[in-house]
Amino acid sequence: MLESNQLLRFTTAGSVDDGKSTLIGRLLYDSKSIFEDQLASVEATSKRRGFEGIDLALFTDGLKDEREQGITIDVAYRYFTTPKRKFIIADTPGHIQYTRNMVTGASTANAALILIDARHGVIEQTKRHAFIASLLQIPHMIVCVNKMDLVNYSEETYNKIVAHFEEFSSKLDVKDVRFIPISALDGDNVVNRSKNMDWYQGSPLLHTLETLHISSDINKIDARFAVQTVLRPQREGFIDYRGYAGRISSGIYRVGDAVTVLPSGFSSKITSINAGETEIQEAFAPMSVSMTLEDDIDISRGDMIVKPNNQPEMIQEFDVMLCWLHDQPARPRAKYTIMHTSNEKKALIKEVVYQVDIDTYARNTENKELTMNAIARVTLKTTRPLMLDPYRDNRMTGSIILIDENTHETVAAGMVV
Amino acid sequence: MQKFYLNYLDELESEALFILREVAAQFQNPVLLFSGGKDSIVLTHLAKKAFYPAKIPFALMHVDTGHNFPETIHFRDKLVSDFGVQLVVASVQQSIDQGRVAEERGKNATRNALQTTTLLDAIEANKVDCAIGGGRRDEEKARAKERFFSHRDDFGQWNPKNQRPELWNLLNGKCFDGEHFRAFPISNWTEMDVWNYILRESIQIPSLYFAHEREVVWRNDSWIPNSDFLKLEPEEIIRTKKIRFRTLGDITITGGIESDADTLEKIVDEVATMRQTERGNRADDKRGDTAMEDRKKQGYF
Repeated sequence: MLESNQLLRFTTAGSVDDGKSTLIGRLLYDSKSIFEDQLASVEATSKRRGFEGIDLALFTDGLKDEREQGITIDVAYRYFTTPKRKFIIADTPGHIQYTRNMVTGASTANAALILIDARHGVIEQTKRHAFIASLLQIPHMIVCVNKMDLVNYSEETYNKIVAHFEEFSSKLDVKDVRFIPISALDGDNVVNRSKNMDWYQGSPLLHTLETLHISSDINKIDARFAVQTVLRPQREGFIDYRGYAGRISSGIYRVGDAVTVLPSGFSSKITSINAGETEIQEAFAPMSVSMTLEDDIDISRGDMIVKPNNQPEMIQEFDVMLCWLHDQPARPRAKYTIMHTSNEKKALIKEVVYQVDIDTYARNTENKELTMNAIARVTLKTTRPLMLDPYRDNRMTGSIILIDENTHETVAAGMVV
Repeated sequence: MQKFYLNYLDELESEALFILREVAAQFQNPVLLFSGGKDSIVLTHLAKKAFYPAKIPFALMHVDTGHNFPETIHFRDKLVSDFGVQLVVASVQQSIDQGRVAEERGKNATRNALQTTTLLDAIEANKVDCAIGGGRRDEEKARAKERFFSHRDDFGQWNPKNQRPELWNLLNGKCFDGEHFRAFPISNWTEMDVWNYILRESIQIPSLYFAHEREVVWRNDSWIPNSDFLKLEPEEIIRTKKIRFRTLGDITITGGIESDADTLEKIVDEVATMRQTERGNRADDKRGDTAMEDRKKQGYF
């Protein structure tokens, strides 16, 4: 693998039967990411279950329960590498009760793979997946129309599905959508170009994944650096050293840059930037670095170092699109711990503005109860101001989670509107 | 023109440093589980980077089965003194002597499963609220579902069905007294990534990883090293082979592979063309299809 190769994270969503596991198995198998002992074990199981050849779906089968039920119950991560890129797949189940896993898998993805069974076309679940991909602002969406072998590789069927998808997705906020007709079972247009669909002029799936332009997926304009921890070596050579350690959320920092520290508002200048033991002149998202400042200011975890002429909003009351992730519904006016970057405060849900029906995209202003898998626009009020950007501009500084104070469970995830 | 994107290794490194710093910031008394294997060595190097110029702000904890490769212990002690970190040894032998666990019997008896009790006892005794491990999701199917911050109840158990959702870079490390977390900073690394990183960063690793002559016996489809702990079956013959180890664990169950790879470059080449998973040579994972999942639920690494 080359030094310059990038890492692409993508999420897959699909229902039990539309061949998602088979597709992932196919990608792993055809990119030679399956080891002999894994193959031997899958071959044996396939045979035992009376499967002709090998059941590719078994490569992604995980835990006991799901093998028993034949379904995937949680986000599982898969890895494969080609000469061009390293890939991380967040494999998420497609059942309605597992919206929370889909949201989880989508939060850090560069691309979403949406599977449609060519025989059934766009179904409710397709709309749900597309909605979540757009809500979570996944930069690229690849729609795979699967099982083309079962519709005689019909161009007409494919075109109808594409048109239908484009029609409903025009209501969504998606930037980059591509369509590929495939057969995961036979491998058509997955790694290799299909000989059965010469009417399709585009790239096979793997080539598409290898060439997606992802360098611009991270915001390089708004400089945001949340301090995770303060490094105070207190040893010889570093007696007065105070290094602010964190992972750059967005933007670029250079030694000598004037900076403002929030929430205090104090100004200073960057005197050094370190990546591990190495001193560097310039750092950008998503690098983990530590920096020192010219002035001795009181800075601690949760503070944010930004540029004087480009600052996030400091607010205490704001709207988010909230996904409820817990089977315990939201308690009215209850206090939650809110996590935002490295910052932690108390928050309460002041108002449920509306809920979104993820099948029809309709807004409901009557139903105020937030139950598992609900997606709603809510107004949050926090004990102290947070340094926020709209999620649309910045996935890292525009996202929050809520934690139940009594159970310590993560109960909701929100995106700043 | 300056490029403003990271390559895959830099991105994995950045993610690992972020998680290590999150552990230091969110927990009172974390430890880094150090086995002497390559993954925990890489983890220690990452921890050094994450807190430089300050020292690593937590101790290393070694769960010692007593069935060690002598090379591992030598390597461990040198690393601890070079890095200036504190070492806590949790001894399986001690757990046996105290009657907390009983030795397995039979031909393939190992102390692997016994480690769980020793580990959980040490976590409790040292009031550890987060144990950082070098587990990777590509190792095994049960590990593919691990979070970066993995919650354990007050029996040290993992509940794969009730894991906290982990979104963006927001890691929830809150727990009650008696419960703890496991943190896995190199979750997203593959075996290949680890080797490429070791090569790139010129990280020192135990000599066991390089091809060397050794006395071995053929058992469970791999070369098991001869040692004082090995009980030979009548039909088993000790041979001398040029082998190396892909993973390091309890000496009684860690199988070697025949190899001529005696430099890091050769190992990376060899791993790249390897057609067996690295845990394929670990007898502990061969005890059935869900061996790892079952052990993890009990509180294993």
